[in-house]
Amino acid sequence: MVGELEFEKPLIELRKKISELKEFTQTADVDLSAEIEKLEARLEKLENETYANLTPWDRVQIARHPNRPTTLDYIERLFTNFLECHGDRLFGDDEAIVGGIAKYHGLPVTVIGHQRGKDTKENIRRNFGMPHPEGYRKALRLMKQAEKFNRPIICFIDTKGAYPGKAAEERGQSEAIARNLFEMAGLTVPVVCIVIGEGGSGGALALGVGNHIHMLENSTYSVISPEGAAAILWKDASLAKRAAETMKITAADLQKLGVIDEIIPEVRGGAHRNLDEQAQSIDAVLKQSLQELLPLDGLALVEQRYRKFRQIGQIAFSEDYLEVK
Amino acid sequence: MLKELFTKKKKYASVPSEQVKQDVPEGIMTKCPKCKKIMYTKELMKNLRVCMSCGYHHPLPARERIDSLLDEGSFQEYDSEMISENPLQFPDYLEKLEADRRKSQLNEAVVTGTGTLNERPLVIAVMDSAFRMGSMGSVVGEKIARAVEKARELQVPFVIFTASGGARMQEGVLSLMQMAKTSAALKRFSDDGGLIISIMTHPTTGGVSASFASLGDYNFAEPGALIGFAGRRVIEQTVREELPEDFQTAEFLLKHGQLDAVIHRHELKETLANVLDIHQTGGDGEWWAN
Repeated sequence: MVGELEFEKPLIELRKKISELKEFTQTADVDLSAEIEKLEARLEKLENETYANLTPWDRVQIARHPNRPTTLDYIERLFTNFLECHGDRLFGDDEAIVGGIAKYHGLPVTVIGHQRGKDTKENIRRNFGMPHPEGYRKALRLMKQAEKFNRPIICFIDTKGAYPGKAAEERGQSEAIARNLFEMAGLTVPVVCIVIGEGGSGGALALGVGNHIHMLENSTYSVISPEGAAAILWKDASLAKRAAETMKITAADLQKLGVIDEIIPEVRGGAHRNLDEQAQSIDAVLKQSLQELLPLDGLALVEQRYRKFRQIGQIAFSEDYLEVK
Repeated sequence: MLKELFTKKKKYASVPSEQVKQDVPEGIMTKCPKCKKIMYTKELMKNLRVCMSCGYHHPLPARERIDSLLDEGSFQEYDSEMISENPLQFPDYLEKLEADRRKSQLNEAVVTGTGTLNERPLVIAVMDSAFRMGSMGSVVGEKIARAVEKARELQVPFVIFTASGGARMQEGVLSLMQMAKTSAALKRFSDDGGLIISIMTHPTTGGVSASFASLGDYNFAEPGALIGFAGRRVIEQTVREELPEDFQTAEFLLKHGQLDAVIHRHELKETLANVLDIHQTGGDGEWWAN
């Protein structure tokens, strides 16, 4: 089966065994229903145990699942009247970011998100969801338009990071990301950000300066990929599993660190198991967010967003180090 | 006696003992990494650490930078006692911080404060690559955000010298969020009409180049400074092509429209004074009156 995950192997084996037994009872003249029942009970227990004790690395695997729902999957289910708008008006159209106008339960909104491909062909077109500067500049153009017409902005975050390439550097990858952070901080409309897969570094944050930030239960948000962290910290990318634990990248970690608001529960086994059900739980949280934010005026929204980011971080004071010159 | 002159005695190269080695003050001489010339550190310092032979800009410690720009005795430091915690309980992080404190004589990778440059008041933040490669964690983000807020309150320009490898790995996502925090502070300051001048020095990369370093009303850089978002090796691995020699240098960025100017360290003070002057001379009735 495509997309089987490492930690799910024992479950898959057990399931296979059960179906084999079932098949066997149908053809042979033996009653194994007691056995099957026992095994099914064991499977149930094992499933509960496995999914209740996912390690950060397991979640990384789920977040990267090839069938994990993408921005466009959610747009299709959560919004109506979606019109995709292309291009940054400066250089080109970056398909690693999609955006446009739509209605959310009748409310006009602007929706933007990183977009991965579902197969190799689409991934090449969408550069594996890793944007160039023109992607960020398109996103900013759409946000400024939303501000002009007083529409709330919803951002879906799902990228390994901004694309590390020559052209991206030449066209000002740094400036494009920085400009988005700067301008998003001043938007006078509600901005709700939802991390749906991987939230990788500055490339994720460039769509991430929101009034509310939510994360799907099995998504990750991090300053660097576990592989990258392992390579830099221990000069060994194969220690990614350890880095995933050390770097504190899960939704629960980020909530503890005071970075995100809500953790959106996932369908057992991951969002890819039931897209419609997953869209519904996102819908519930998004609706609540907008209900909270819509009554605030522009100034209050800017102030709330400012306070939110202003308080992130941990510092201490020490008299011992005063004046060291 | 005479005989001795002719007998060849074995000569041994004298190796100073460990004790003697330690007696020689460290760093009396400095070797230029570019032209390999060895020079007196004191003379190099007098030249603002610009190589006398090839013009290479050595890293300038934050306090030397401040001394080189601000009017004598005008600098008042902010938040000098602010230090990092270990929010992720990252192994060995606190020990590394302690070691860098000793090495760099700094509490963190940025020094912030207020002072005057040719009698014009400003708030200044200077990063120092000697402390954790100038990386940005919670303290760097907080000190810069506070400095920007102070500039807003005092209604004076904000000048920042960047030197950083990017976000600090050991503080994980909290480091990432400092990009948003500092950028938000600058936005607020900018909306009030505040003047932001960014001078990128070697190196300015990753999360620092992708936040406040790129947000100046004027973005300058020192010659030869490495400036970029992604690391050269990472890019080479992804694109599998040879990158130009000057890739991600200040000159490369200038050529691609990412900088206002590349300015030699010896001319920085004059340039800053000029920008401050242009911004502080009212373009209103005063001018017409003359």
